[in-house]
Amino acid sequence: MQSRLPIIVFALVMAAIPFVPGMPPFWIVLLDNIGLAALVAMGLVLLTGVGGLTSFGQAAFVGFGAYTTAVLSTAYGLSPWLTLPLSLAVSGSLAVLLGLITVRLSGHYLPLGTLAWGLGLFYLFSKLEFLGRNDGISAIPPLSIGTFKMLSPGSIYYAIWVAVIFSALLTMNLLDSRTGRAIRALRRGHVAAEAFGVHTPRAKLLVFIHAAVLAGLSGWLYAHLQRAVNPTPFGAQAGIEYLFIAVVGGAGYVWGGVLGAAIVVVLKEVLQSYLPLILPGSGQVETIVFGIMLVALLQLAPGGLWPWLMSFLPERTSGKKPDTSLKLEQRPRAPGEGSVLLQVDKARKQFGGVVAVNNVSFDVQAREIVALIGPNGAGKSTTFNLITGVLSATSGSVSVLGKKVDKAPPQEIVKLGISRTFQHVKLVPDMTVLENVAIGAHLRGHSGPISSMLRLDRADEARLLAEAARQIERVGLTEQMHQLAGSLSLGQQRIVEIARALCVDPMLLLLDEPAAGLRHMEKQRLATLLRDLRDGGMSVLLVEHDMGFVMNLADRIVVLDFGTKIAEGTPATIKTNPEVIKAYLGVAA
Amino acid sequence: MNTTIMLFLVQDGITNGAIYALLGLALVLVFAVTRVILIPQGEFVTYGALTYASLAAGQMPGTAKLALALGIGAFAFDLFVARKALHGRLVVRSFITNIVLPSIVLAMTVYFAAQKPPVAICIALSLVIVAMIGLYLYRIAFQPLAHTSVLVLLIASVGVHLALQGLGLLFFGAEGQRGPAVLSGAFTAGALRFTGQSITVYAITVAFIVGLWLFFGLTLYGKALRATAVNRLGARLAGIRTTLSGQIAFLLASVIGALSGIMIVPITTLYYDSGFLIGLKGFVAAIIGGLVSYPLTAVAALVVGIVEAFSSFYASNYKEVIVFMLLIPVLLLRSLAAPAVEEEKD
Repeated sequence: MQSRLPIIVFALVMAAIPFVPGMPPFWIVLLDNIGLAALVAMGLVLLTGVGGLTSFGQAAFVGFGAYTTAVLSTAYGLSPWLTLPLSLAVSGSLAVLLGLITVRLSGHYLPLGTLAWGLGLFYLFSKLEFLGRNDGISAIPPLSIGTFKMLSPGSIYYAIWVAVIFSALLTMNLLDSRTGRAIRALRRGHVAAEAFGVHTPRAKLLVFIHAAVLAGLSGWLYAHLQRAVNPTPFGAQAGIEYLFIAVVGGAGYVWGGVLGAAIVVVLKEVLQSYLPLILPGSGQVETIVFGIMLVALLQLAPGGLWPWLMSFLPERTSGKKPDTSLKLEQRPRAPGEGSVLLQVDKARKQFGGVVAVNNVSFDVQAREIVALIGPNGAGKSTTFNLITGVLSATSGSVSVLGKKVDKAPPQEIVKLGISRTFQHVKLVPDMTVLENVAIGAHLRGHSGPISSMLRLDRADEARLLAEAARQIERVGLTEQMHQLAGSLSLGQQRIVEIARALCVDPMLLLLDEPAAGLRHMEKQRLATLLRDLRDGGMSVLLVEHDMGFVMNLADRIVVLDFGTKIAEGTPATIKTNPEVIKAYLGVAA
Repeated sequence: MNTTIMLFLVQDGITNGAIYALLGLALVLVFAVTRVILIPQGEFVTYGALTYASLAAGQMPGTAKLALALGIGAFAFDLFVARKALHGRLVVRSFITNIVLPSIVLAMTVYFAAQKPPVAICIALSLVIVAMIGLYLYRIAFQPLAHTSVLVLLIASVGVHLALQGLGLLFFGAEGQRGPAVLSGAFTAGALRFTGQSITVYAITVAFIVGLWLFFGLTLYGKALRATAVNRLGARLAGIRTTLSGQIAFLLASVIGALSGIMIVPITTLYYDSGFLIGLKGFVAAIIGGLVSYPLTAVAALVVGIVEAFSSFYASNYKEVIVFMLLIPVLLLRSLAAPAVEEEKD
């Protein structure tokens, strides 16, 4: 949890600025503009920097906010305070509409899509009769409290900066929560998050709406600051500029958005007033400098200026250890968790002409450690993906507790009590070990985004973190709890994945090469842990190449070769099975 | 509406669509090789068109000087990168491509601009100038970022677009320009009149589509370029020079852009900022083609051109809205059909 002190100091400084004697009124105008841009940039920080979704279309949402209040307060005479929720609702609901279409797109389609609808909407603003076409709408009433009208830039200043600081607080609260962890996991691909029950399209839509609502708020304030709107500030150019602001400040940091806004707004002002003196020409020189600076910045400081500034501050290493006495409710047990947990029946997976898994059948009983072994390319990881719903089988079936789950997505499989680790570690490197592990408990928490923003989730959150801390302790990584996951060795990262999988409170644990990259002592500790888990009533299905490890640990072994099951039995029988020896060592000619 | 109007609209749409197809192809090409989404493609169009028009009108285009300035920048980048191991050969080669070449072209431009050169020389000079700009731009702006994510490249691309557009205003002023026809003469078939200009447009488009398709599908070098796009490190280990691939892609894209510009500027008046919108329509086509398929992009571009022609007839106010909104159903289809593949980012 971050300290609130710097924010309070910042708020006090901002509140005092207008009272500084001799403060030029023009500076207040600049600060107003900085605040407006910061709101939009903050949304982009969440969307682009944290969530990995790039949008060039945010200016359109500013436009929705501005035009909504402009139309309602001029043509229908509504009070600006009444139009505030309406402006936010319009931006938010259009975000739902555009988001449903675009957020499911991968990588580069998304930014291009946003650019296209950003442009389309800009032309729409400038052509619609009731929005005043290119002339826009003027004579918008000012914000007022009682008889006090916020006519001057100095009076609306407070409204803008209260909005900025509150939005920043809410956004930071959101990031530091159950929903926030799901959002922060988005940028690293969706498979890992979905394996723990995160509904990734919903999480993406959520940040999309959040960013749009912040943009709408900025638009609402803009309309009442300027008291007139026209299409120009909502075009593609503006959308690009907002993204620029976020990148300059540091796209992963909420305050980076504010810093970026300050730098860009001031810089633009300076360029516009001084450049013509140096380089006489027909305007637009500042766009040239702007463009060049953007490219230079990306080459020199791709992370933005906020993290660069922060690196001068002493590092805060602490982080409180969660109170592990808090207990999380157990995952509801299904009847029958004492018999056959998993039944794979003639499962087959074809990729084009390649048969990766060829009619494989096996089962996993309660309190049993089953190993899936085989040479490289035998189809072990594909089998894992079939069981956990990442891939769906071409034919055959997978049943959990006697119920077929062939078409179930990963989010449903984990609800049944099956959790997994990955052959290629899938952690979020810039989150701490504790936060990464807490993603495992995602389904055992209940707080949604709104309660997280308002900090009503603290009891729920404390229990989630307590569970995560308990599992970290169990796997023996207590010392590393507050380190960034990316800073751990690969072997330790695999152990973190096991802790994350344990947070599900699973009945069956699927481990994909857990011992790879571990030292001898660490392997022994892992084997002890897995035996303890079995004796505690959990079953384990693991893929592993270390034969010594497998033979000493597993109760039963299933051997795959080229997608086909060639043997099954106890370690002793497998060791002497001629088929297995042939698959691993080849046959004497 | 009668058949004649409809035919006119279709013809108009196909001519515009052919241009969008060329641009869409260039975008697909650059993206496939360098992962750069080339927003400045539109500036290559306007630079080509306006350089051509200026030369034809006997004016000195500022783009020739820009090429030399960028060349000096590229030379400096080359020297800086190789500062630990400066070989004489490397320096000389870089000096020739980055300094000598644009200097010669600048001298030629100054010489010819004074005496209203024939169309062929205007075309050749414009193409060379814009091609050099494209090449040096890659060296300065994108090559240092070649290892980064698509997003970083995209933002850099936007930065380059802004700078080039601003420079365009500086060079060519806010006034629009038109150039002389590349091929004069015309013939009529039924109600339709085909100008030499539009025939040139069709011929060049078809030639490029077929050429690129063959190049990437059949030649070893084309395959090497595609391999660079999929995995830079892997391509380098296999002996492919990835920076060279990027340079070739940018060279081709800038030539295609400039050529499109030269073909449109006799038909419509172009302004310094017209390229952005034209380029974006190429984008719409490229996105419909999924940024990978050349034939699909070409077909999509024709659809975009025809939709534009019809909407400017029926609802000219909403022309741009309709064209850009055309993307939404396409994105919708793509998102429904999108396979659930895992992408590792950063």
